[in-house]
Amino acid sequence: MRGVGISTGAVGSGILETAALAAPAGNVAGPGAVPVTLKINGKPYSLNIEPRVTLIDALRNHLDLTGAKKVCDRATCGACTVIMDGKVVYSCTTLAIEAQGKDIQTIEGFSQNGKLHPVSAAFVNHDAQQCGYCTPGFVVAVKGFLDKHPNPTEQDVEAGLGGNLCRCGTYVGMRKAVLEAAKEMRGGRNA
Amino acid sequence: MQPFEYANPTTLQEALGMLGNRWGETYVLAGGTDLISLMKEYIETPKRLVNIKGIKELGGIQSTKTGLRIGSTVTVEELLDHAEVRKSFPALTEAARGISSPQIRNMGTVGGDLCQRPRCWYFRQGFGLLAMKDGKSLVPDGENRYHAILGNGGPAYFVSASSFGPALVALGAKIRLASASGHREVAASKFFVTPQNENAREIALLPNEILTEIIVPHEGTKNATYEVRQKQALDWPLAAASVALKMKGSTVSSARIVLAHVAPTPWEATEAGKALDGKAVTPESAEEAAKAALADAKPLSGNGYKVQLARVAVKRALLEAVRARG
Repeated sequence: MRGVGISTGAVGSGILETAALAAPAGNVAGPGAVPVTLKINGKPYSLNIEPRVTLIDALRNHLDLTGAKKVCDRATCGACTVIMDGKVVYSCTTLAIEAQGKDIQTIEGFSQNGKLHPVSAAFVNHDAQQCGYCTPGFVVAVKGFLDKHPNPTEQDVEAGLGGNLCRCGTYVGMRKAVLEAAKEMRGGRNA
Repeated sequence: MQPFEYANPTTLQEALGMLGNRWGETYVLAGGTDLISLMKEYIETPKRLVNIKGIKELGGIQSTKTGLRIGSTVTVEELLDHAEVRKSFPALTEAARGISSPQIRNMGTVGGDLCQRPRCWYFRQGFGLLAMKDGKSLVPDGENRYHAILGNGGPAYFVSASSFGPALVALGAKIRLASASGHREVAASKFFVTPQNENAREIALLPNEILTEIIVPHEGTKNATYEVRQKQALDWPLAAASVALKMKGSTVSSARIVLAHVAPTPWEATEAGKALDGKAVTPESAEEAAKAALADAKPLSGNGYKVQLARVAVKRALLEAVRARG
């Protein structure tokens, strides 16, 4: 099996486009560019990328979805957070090729019909940002957190956002924003 | 990152057929939280990654007659949320909670936690596992505040980074490894090894093997994990302890005390465990056990503070284990 289909590109031939297709034995892609299809905010995107391309680079450099930020690039700061199959993950440390067949939500999909998502709105109301660079990652992480913990205590909020860093130190505003967003989302509006 | 080929097998046999016999060429990809970072730093430059998350048999947590079976690709979050784990093995639940980033918990797997590489900053900066330069380790005279205080006679000075390893050792767990030629089972206490040369590894896994599952025997112990950390969020503990106590009424009939982040492997404090035999766990007896657990500690130039932190971890883990849970 080893050594079969290792040449670049050719093996891509659609095999990896959806996870729904069973992978045949010896299914190896790359190291050159291969076709990859990602479902982002409900829409399919096709791209041709090497297996080493991370999800954050696919989003930002190949699809022009620049909401998620690349900051530490080492699964620590949280600025690149996206939601994959309902779970928050670091897109800097997820390969785009492994994200195939997953339902990916990014900050770009948060506002609906021109109306801010309750989490984004609560961040505005509580001045929960300063320079703003960590904000998209935080907003996505907060949505992921509130989807799992709709009625959190302040302590839950602190623990639940342990995967994101704000170097401006706007945590006080953020905690208030999260609690307000939780209330808003429990009300069922725009959630 | 260097370019690599990516394989996405759906069966264990297929995945095993894609592995090689040498470290560095082919790596198993699970959560990727450690491996991808190492690849970005060119500490690892594999030619192939084999994603094992699509292999169904490696997932799931089930009760079996030999104990609780935890699949290697179970995520940290899945383990944290698992009611039976929380009820019988709070030492594991607390270790999972200590991995305090939800993103890492959603991505990282139990098998990956056991196989992750040390956090030693010399290793992470490319000086190799033993941090050697000109035939000498950089650690004893260098920045060693997070390094080992036990089992640190050299040549390894790093500390094992695994969160679950110490709890699994305390709980008497077995780790199952598969290769193309069959399966083998290793006691958690034998899975972690102190490398004696730069080409050795810190775990018993071989390059052609995949960690498939963990079996935690139902021994009815009272168990707990306590981690001492500088920051509440997203950091490795400075010292920690996992304990598992077999009880006869309110006294201990046998105790396993395992220290974490103090040695190149999870560090079982056998004598400290024996010292608790026949005693009730009280603040006084826990303190005695904690002192005994660190009696052999030999701190390096910059990490003497870890001795007291490790004592605190042992004492609090013991008291937590016997605390009545509502």
